Amino acid sequence: MATTADSHSLHAHDDHAHADHDHKPGFFARWFLSTNHKDIGTLYLIFAIFAGIIGGALSGFMRWELANPGMQILPWFTGGNIDAAYHLWNVFITGHGMIMVFFMVMPALIGGFGNWFVPLMIGAPDMAFPRLNNVSYWLTTTAFVLLCVSMFVPGPAGFDGAGTGWTVYPPLSTSGHPGPAVDLAIFALHLAGASSILGAINFITTIFNMRAPGMTLHKMPLFVWSVLVTAFLLLLSLPVLAGAITMLLTDRNFGTTFFDPAGGGDPILYQHLFWFFGHPEVYIMILPAFGIVSHVLATFSRKPVFGYLGMAYAMVAIGFVGFVVWAHHMFTVGLSVNTKMYFTAATMIIAVPTGIKIFSWIATMWGGKLTFQTPMLWALGFIFMFTVGGVTGVVLSNGGVDTYMHDTYYVVAHFHYVLSLGAVFGLFAGFYYWFGKMWGRDYNEFLGKLHFWIFFIGVNVLFFPMHFLGQDGMPRRIPDYPEAYHYWNHIASIGYAIMLVGMVVFFINVFWSLFAGRKTADNPWGEGATTLEWTLSSPPPFHQFETIPDLRNMKGHH
Amino acid sequence: MTKGWAAGLKGLAIAATLAFAGTSMAQEAAPAAVAPAVAAAPAAVVAPVVAPVVADAAATHAAAQSDALAGYSRMAPTPGIGQPVPRGIAIQEQFTPIGQEAQVLLENILNPIIGVISVFVLGLLLWVVFRYRSAAVETPSTTTHNFTIEVIWTLVPALILLFIAFPSFKLLANQYSPPKADVTVKVTGYQWYWGYEYPDYGGISFDSVPLSKEEAEKAGEPYLLEVDNRLVVPAGKTVKVLVTAADVLHSFAIPSFWVKMDAVPGRINETWFKVDRPGVYYGQCSELCGTKHGFMPIAIEVLSEEDFKRWVRLKQQQDGIEPTGPGIAAEQVALTPAAVAGAVRAAVAPAPAITTEAPAAAPAAEPAA
Repeated sequence: MATTADSHSLHAHDDHAHADHDHKPGFFARWFLSTNHKDIGTLYLIFAIFAGIIGGALSGFMRWELANPGMQILPWFTGGNIDAAYHLWNVFITGHGMIMVFFMVMPALIGGFGNWFVPLMIGAPDMAFPRLNNVSYWLTTTAFVLLCVSMFVPGPAGFDGAGTGWTVYPPLSTSGHPGPAVDLAIFALHLAGASSILGAINFITTIFNMRAPGMTLHKMPLFVWSVLVTAFLLLLSLPVLAGAITMLLTDRNFGTTFFDPAGGGDPILYQHLFWFFGHPEVYIMILPAFGIVSHVLATFSRKPVFGYLGMAYAMVAIGFVGFVVWAHHMFTVGLSVNTKMYFTAATMIIAVPTGIKIFSWIATMWGGKLTFQTPMLWALGFIFMFTVGGVTGVVLSNGGVDTYMHDTYYVVAHFHYVLSLGAVFGLFAGFYYWFGKMWGRDYNEFLGKLHFWIFFIGVNVLFFPMHFLGQDGMPRRIPDYPEAYHYWNHIASIGYAIMLVGMVVFFINVFWSLFAGRKTADNPWGEGATTLEWTLSSPPPFHQFETIPDLRNMKGHH
Repeated sequence: MTKGWAAGLKGLAIAATLAFAGTSMAQEAAPAAVAPAVAAAPAAVVAPVVAPVVADAAATHAAAQSDALAGYSRMAPTPGIGQPVPRGIAIQEQFTPIGQEAQVLLENILNPIIGVISVFVLGLLLWVVFRYRSAAVETPSTTTHNFTIEVIWTLVPALILLFIAFPSFKLLANQYSPPKADVTVKVTGYQWYWGYEYPDYGGISFDSVPLSKEEAEKAGEPYLLEVDNRLVVPAGKTVKVLVTAADVLHSFAIPSFWVKMDAVPGRINETWFKVDRPGVYYGQCSELCGTKHGFMPIAIEVLSEEDFKRWVRLKQQQDGIEPTGPGIAAEQVALTPAAVAGAVRAAVAPAPAITTEAPAAAPAAEPAA
């Protein structure tokens, strides 16, 4: 490996020198007609941060409203109309969910880091279909615009916006929302889905065909494995969502009755179709974070990943089993007892490959020489928070227990522990890990660590009490609550404020570092960072690997 | 590398075995194995807690009844029972056999297991962070495989899940094996209130609309949980609940009964409960159903069998229904003079004592189901 790395840095410098002659396109062509995987990755990251600010602001108003019983905050937006404020609440939860899933986590992890680092890690000059990549990005932004517009057009009689939840269940999304808001939200999902399918095709083709000589599938970095599995999940699950929401659209506009019992349809059919997509979707959000965490841990432990093949195939197993557990989201719709037993058992099984990953990460650090730079803190936080979210998932997997927990705050706590503390911690781990590589400037270590600790405390104060609220019986998606739930709701809202301070530190760090950060070395992390992106300059040349690296003498995996 | 493959495949094989073994066991083996533990626990743990409470409620109830010449007046809820506990961190106290069985599974099996696992992982992380910090290590190891440990951390979690699966399947099987129903009530979800119907008793039916904040405060009842007309059921009897919806999805949920059943237009879902303790129990709609999803609570009043029959008679008289239903016709002669007087008054009075006050937001007409 050492020899290849050395030979690589030579190539890299060649590339760099060459790139200086290689004219980049002008501003408009470069950023609006981009075909360069790194530029598109950057666009995705900027987009995800922008969407994250909007999605995060929505949840801020939600937490502010819930800080005390009664309606205090949302009536500001509705001129004091309380019913309109109740509906606005539903629009906010819908917007928050859809934005965070489709326009923050997915664009950041897959569009952003996937685009940036899959080609770099496999030694490819770009993605297989650069123009498709560009189409994919602009579909995402268009989808986001449609979703935002939907908040301002009529939904149910008398009110604006789609208040259906991100699940868009009929009949609330059909007869319950006669206005065009839901149509726009459905179009947004269609476009976001099409974008992801195109992206998935691009990643699968790139990974299968453009690996450098010698990089077999079993030597491929785990982040690339995670994106490969994710791309397959997207490719197989999104068409089902597209079908479901298309049927919803025709039910709404063309008089079909796929989901309307009055015409022989069934609202539960929609839920089966939605969750056949929706459950793989949650793995789509977390798998790339798994990949990032593996690299960060190995780098800062100065030790290769433990149980590489187990790690790779655990992700494959999670992806596979993830397709056959969907009805655990529907335990209270009136399933038969045998169906519930099957989905209970199948869901529990996911804990096995997940456990393999958790223990392999700890074993990766075992015997290593650990340093605790910012990315490592996020990765460590990720492991523990994901464990907490995982074990509450085991509780929820029990169909009988879920009778109580379903649609309570316990579920909200669970999925925010795996997503808001899991996927998002993975996201920040990756952002700090590759910050210097992407922008050529070191982030500020002190501010990075400060961000981590404030955010870590904030999100735990925010989400842990939700377990209590859920066990005490508080339903999800309500803007006002019985007095008994006041205390823990108030604590949770304080947690949001703490987290918000952490995010302010994050933005200060980003801007300060981009303008005043030190120039980043090719490999700032030392001998632990073994993947190919560290053999290139920081930032990498506009076109890298013009001479394809030869890894045929490479020992082990990356 | 071969070892890694082997471990991976083994993991998959175990997972598959667990899946199939799990489902088939649910049908036969599981109930027998776990039954003693589950049966013993509620008796030992829950009974002492419930006993004094029952006495309490009975006293409140008797008091309520004695001053009600109309034969019925609302029972007062007991703080902390059948409703959320301020600053509560645990599940609500359970009053049905299923709820008590599920509580044992959750609090005696699942929560300890997930607690131990979380602490174990945290402990490992802290140990690794301390022991292998850069200053304490000369050269990092290069170990990347250990077949034994990989098999252990695949097998042990699988065994733990298998251990959980037994009581879990038993609970599911019990939820779906109700005793013969004594009373059937039909529950219909509307935007945004509940409709209740008693097919056994000549089709008594009424709507249940939440109290406004002022009404709730005046009555001393919890806002966002209390309604004008509660669902009234008999104590110690198996109540079959048929749940459906008239417009969009709703979900009929009573946490302290361990009941939650989605209300789906075009479908009739069935669930059940059996509660021994007379009292008032609350729940909230648990499926997003539009603007006022947070404002369609469920309140159930459990009356002793005698009082329930009396209530049924009063309701029937009020609605002009001939006395009908299990035990009702025979019961007619057994009604106490006070109750009969009350019943007559309820029938003739313009504002029957059955309800507290006419709700401001009462629906104009019941939409066709």
